[in-house]
Amino acid sequence: MRNRFPALGPVLVVVAVILAIWYVAVIPMNAKWEYDQAARNGRELGFGEMVALTMAQDRPVLPAPHQVVIGVYEQTVGCDAVGRRMCRATTPLTLQGFGERITASFTSNRSLIYHAGITLSATLLGFLIGTGGGILLAIGIVYNRAADASVMPWAIASQTIPIIALAPMIIVVLNSIGISGLIPKAIIAAYLSFFPVVVGMVKGLRAPDAMQLDLMKTYSAAGRDVFAKLRLPMSMPYLFASLKIGIAAALVGTIVGELPVQQGGLGVRLLSGSYYGQTIQIWAALLVAAILAAGLVGIVGMIERRVLKRMGMAA
Amino acid sequence: MNGLFAIGGAYLRVLFSLAVLLTCWLERGAGAQPTDLVCWVLVGAAVLTWLFDEVPAGAARALLTLLLGVALFFAGLELAVAQTGGEGDAFWAAFAAVWLGAWVLVAFVAEQPGKSGLSALIAPLLFGVTILWAWETAVHGLGVPRVILPAPSEIAGRLASSTDTLWTDLVQTFGRGALSGFVIGCGSAFLFALVVDRYAFLRRGLLPVGNFLAALPIIGTAPIFVMWFGFDWPSKAAVVVAMVFFPMLVNTVQGLAATDSMQRDLMRTYSASWWQTLIRLRLPAAMPFVFNGLKICATLALIGAIVAEFFGSPTYGMGFRISTEVGRLQLPMVWAEIAVAAALGSAFYGVWALLERRVTFWHPSQRGR
Repeated sequence: MRNRFPALGPVLVVVAVILAIWYVAVIPMNAKWEYDQAARNGRELGFGEMVALTMAQDRPVLPAPHQVVIGVYEQTVGCDAVGRRMCRATTPLTLQGFGERITASFTSNRSLIYHAGITLSATLLGFLIGTGGGILLAIGIVYNRAADASVMPWAIASQTIPIIALAPMIIVVLNSIGISGLIPKAIIAAYLSFFPVVVGMVKGLRAPDAMQLDLMKTYSAAGRDVFAKLRLPMSMPYLFASLKIGIAAALVGTIVGELPVQQGGLGVRLLSGSYYGQTIQIWAALLVAAILAAGLVGIVGMIERRVLKRMGMAA
Repeated sequence: MNGLFAIGGAYLRVLFSLAVLLTCWLERGAGAQPTDLVCWVLVGAAVLTWLFDEVPAGAARALLTLLLGVALFFAGLELAVAQTGGEGDAFWAAFAAVWLGAWVLVAFVAEQPGKSGLSALIAPLLFGVTILWAWETAVHGLGVPRVILPAPSEIAGRLASSTDTLWTDLVQTFGRGALSGFVIGCGSAFLFALVVDRYAFLRRGLLPVGNFLAALPIIGTAPIFVMWFGFDWPSKAAVVVAMVFFPMLVNTVQGLAATDSMQRDLMRTYSASWWQTLIRLRLPAAMPFVFNGLKICATLALIGAIVAEFFGSPTYGMGFRISTEVGRLQLPMVWAEIAVAAALGSAFYGVWALLERRVTFWHPSQRGR
């Protein structure tokens, strides 16, 4: 029996150690620039002073963790995101001011909430299309030997090839025939989440063994009932395992899909950050993407636990 | 194919026969594509499909399937070769007929007994060939501009004519970027897993964190590594290391925990040292998990190396070529590069799958195939 919540103590210690290593690494990574600056100004730089300076650079080689967190704050409800006027007029400390800033942040193209929203909507749309199509194809494969023999090997093989290489082409070609915005990215997200769902769902729909199928036969159950009452329920654990892989893949696909045509999204924040050397912007976008991924996988996991519990299959 | 009305049975054959009749009816007197010959070959194929249930199972059915395949192949080839662009209704009826016929053919092949080795490859290959044929003829027949979707023949031509470029890109992206990242990442993760396994505290602390990190879009670190390590291959290798490290770590640690207490107790009664237990018992027992991790990492490595090149690279490499040739609307080259990447990806995966079969031959998942 697996514990739902692993013991928190060791996890916290490991996270603390990682953060500590990060902080220590910041010093040598950023030190060269500080020493160069000091040499240019013709003055000595003490060690303590140097350490303090490396933690607060504008464009650090490696930003300190707190800089990334502040970066996320600035680019969500901070002054960077909402603009100077709003910044003066409101404060994020009161509920009303916070609400106003969030609302302003939704539409500001300097805001990570706005960009995360673009990425999220394409991810979810693509995930829905890919999952729906994947489940349908899986049903076709399970019930049709010709489809099983001909399509299934390709579905499995497609797991081993970098289909994400297709992403720039899909974006640019669709853009050239006038389809842009959400749809091309959703298509990429869809085909990345499609194949894991097909493979997992086929496995799941085949999970009932001969005994169980025979039992249904002794009940003289119709094919429809065998599907709805035996195969489909049995496939749920497999489906959810694939959904978790699929939604993470869909997010990656959307982010990569945002690179060629710059129309907003976390991928654009990553790329423009790398063009202009705005490292804090890259790290902040990365952190938001990580939160998004963790949130999406977490939500799927939560639904999984609920569904499996209701079906009496909770591990 | 016992039930007359099973999917792939009568319905499909009725549709196929209707499409054949429609072809021959539309074709009469038109003179151009498709020719009378194609019409008669298709009629023959349709008759063959209805004979399938009448002949005894075994060699006769295999022969009939083979004949059907040859007839469809001939019809499809004739249609594709004689294409002029701007085809009429009869052509598309023939197109539909060949497509449906190929479907019936695949159904027949799937019915053949013996699912081992070569025969299991025939159905997917037939399906692949049909897709390529349909792609080729549809692109020419509909006059799809080549900046949207080039025909497979054009892609194959490009593949053959620019082997030099493709090879340079392959060496750069796979040889230098993906492979070195894969070796460093998987190697260090494997060694680190041994350390983690030694200390229960690390196992309880690092595994949840590793599982969490493995689900994140690590690919987003690409711009950071490009900034740190420059445009050339070290930055690609670094992205690959970051991508493969945690999946490999988690799998190896799980594998090292796969022995049960009986087996470990046995080793203790032999008074085996930690190293002896590791080499004789726990590493062999961990191999299925290790290979699972290696297979996951094999696909991740190529993805990481290609996508990292989208963020900056020297003027060669697969990701660079894909993104720049897309910009120049040289789609045949893009498709050629994708074909190479696909072949490379499955070959790299296949190597590990084969090794796995050799190393973990004792595991239930490898037996009884």
